[in-house]
Amino acid sequence: MVTSLTRRGQLNTEVGRLERMLEIRAVEESIQTLYNDGHVRGSTHLANGQEAVSVGIASVLRPTDVVTCTYRGHAAALALGVTPEGVLGEICGRVIGCSGGIGGSMHLMDASVGLMPTFAIVGAGLPVAAGVALAAKLKNNDSVALTIFGDGSTNIGAFHETLNMASIFKLPVIFVIENNLYGEYTRINLSTPISDLADRADSYAMRKEIVDGQDVDAIINAIQSAVDFARAGNGPSLIEAKTYRYSGHSRSDPATYRTPGELDEWKKRDPLDIAANKLILKGELSEVDLEKMKSDIADRVAEAIKTVLASDGPELSTLMQHVSAKG
Amino acid sequence: MTVMRTRQAVIQALSDEMESDPTVFLMGEDIGSGGPFKATEGLIEKFGDTRVIDTPISEMAFLGAGVGAAAMGMRPVVEMMFIEFIGVALDQLTTQGAFFRYLSRGAYQVPLTIRAAAGAGMGFGCQHSQILDQWFRGNAGISLVIPSSPQSMYGLLRSAIRSNDPVVILEHKGLYGERGDVITGEAGIIPIGQARTVTEGSDVTIVAIGSTVLTAKAALESQSEWSAEIIDLQTLIPWDKSAVMKSVAKTGRLVVIEESSYSGGWGAEICSEVVTKLWGQLKTPPHRITSPDAPIPYAQELEKRYLPSSDYVVSQINELLKTGKSPAAWWEGAK
Ligand SMILES: Cc1ncc(C[n+]2csc(CCOP(=O)(O)OP(=O)(O)O)c2C)c(N)n1
Ligand SMILES: [Mg+2]
Repeated sequence: MVTSLTRRGQLNTEVGRLERMLEIRAVEESIQTLYNDGHVRGSTHLANGQEAVSVGIASVLRPTDVVTCTYRGHAAALALGVTPEGVLGEICGRVIGCSGGIGGSMHLMDASVGLMPTFAIVGAGLPVAAGVALAAKLKNNDSVALTIFGDGSTNIGAFHETLNMASIFKLPVIFVIENNLYGEYTRINLSTPISDLADRADSYAMRKEIVDGQDVDAIINAIQSAVDFARAGNGPSLIEAKTYRYSGHSRSDPATYRTPGELDEWKKRDPLDIAANKLILKGELSEVDLEKMKSDIADRVAEAIKTVLASDGPELSTLMQHVSAKG
Repeated sequence: MTVMRTRQAVIQALSDEMESDPTVFLMGEDIGSGGPFKATEGLIEKFGDTRVIDTPISEMAFLGAGVGAAAMGMRPVVEMMFIEFIGVALDQLTTQGAFFRYLSRGAYQVPLTIRAAAGAGMGFGCQHSQILDQWFRGNAGISLVIPSSPQSMYGLLRSAIRSNDPVVILEHKGLYGERGDVITGEAGIIPIGQARTVTEGSDVTIVAIGSTVLTAKAALESQSEWSAEIIDLQTLIPWDKSAVMKSVAKTGRLVVIEESSYSGGWGAEICSEVVTKLWGQLKTPPHRITSPDAPIPYAQELEKRYLPSSDYVVSQINELLKTGKSPAAWWEGAK
């Protein structure tokens, strides 16, 4: 059986990482149809365009490290190892979903690969990640915590409070900003007076790095140095990945506020193309292989959707389970 | 009278208050583009970006700025988008703004309105679906209103803006798309603290607010065994005691329908007050129909079960009338 853990191991090769990015793209692109067919409720926040960040992170972390992530979490979940059935099942409210169907798109989780239930409140994942790191420190192990959040989230109090505290406590935590230039419908320059958000680390005397969010290898390098730094007991880092979301903020958003041409410019630096071209240039992958890979992944995702749609919703009794330690 | 959707009633009320009072202004995330529920659509075009202010994602800062600006004589309407988001800013309202008049011995007042989408039923999951009235109850200095129709949205929002104290208005997201007749202008304004009798009846008084007013109406209409006096409280703090007492004194039976969880629910206070004041006049024990003490689930069937449905209300009232005893809630099983 494919487990989240075995899937995590598949990120050990460049080909495996490319495959995972292609899978994330295919999953994200399948959601609109699922919604049109009445299987998805509430809101969904896609991460197509940002695949490299999640895959890069998941390639470096150990499954025993812990990740907190936002509502824009499908990519992170898939990268960390959750199966397409687990993610799509959750989005469709089925019992095979990674949270058993009670969470929905904004609340994905898989404790076996260190994914805490994703956070739907902006900034909420940062203090919790600091706490995870604090526990590692108190328990004297070398685990790290990593938290993923957006550019807009750097304006909320929790960001500043947590960075300060993590720095002064030298916590093994890595703060990763996915700077996709927009917070909901607002461009970053309208809400934030600086454009390099990593600079906010300076106020907290924290290690910082800006990285190309479309290049999975660059992400891997940046995360690896931050993780090494944290595991060695040197404290936190703030990493800013410059990236872009191809879809609107959420399903109801057609993203009419974008600067004309901006999306096309970013698509020229598509993270999947960048990764594929590197392999092709090295002669490790042919165009034919790539097409085959894409069609295999399309088949796998289609298969996953079939399984999801054949799965039941959670039992009514689920509603009252795990509310407290008593049951 | 005009037919409009509840979200349009929000826009109309904001627009009318902004036109009649230059101190009224709006603040919130992405309100210029109308927000996720299009409940502020078109206002930035009409009033400009000095009166419709888009903020960074910094709830504590802009809610607190609302308190400060209100203390200086402005009438800010601060939008929280989803009511849960006020969690990161609560101090500025509950511990600062709410006590400002008291601490300043009346030298300052805080005519601040806080709008937010609230409530379950739309599949937004447990962090975007709560009604959260309990966060504001038991906190002196704040009023809390929950509209149930386009008219009450219009009328209560205008009153909230005119109030000289902080008012929280919880806009049920399931109601934004509902249409109804709206009387606009002064005649359409609904005072805070006043309930509305939705239907007259003699067997039971049903006290409801927001979404549960619709549940009560659907329950009543789906059967013909009993008649009910449905009272839409409209304002939860302060609630209209005289309207409730008058009705229960007539029917002798009280059923409260709450969207929020059982424990600590507002219905407990209504029941306690009714028992205290009408001791000896009740034909059956007061009964509360609520959601269970659990987070709100995402899966459709579970979320449906979670909320009190009209069928459930009918079966509960049938049993109450038949047995004269308060029926067990569905989650209490076969106890
Ligand atoms: C405290 C809080 N405020 C507001 C929101 C509504 N909201 C959800 S996502 C979002 C934008 C976040 O932007 P960013 O941090 O850049 O992340 P992105 O969505 O671009 O990944 C907002 C305002 C929220 N969920 N929580
Ligand atoms: Mg963003």
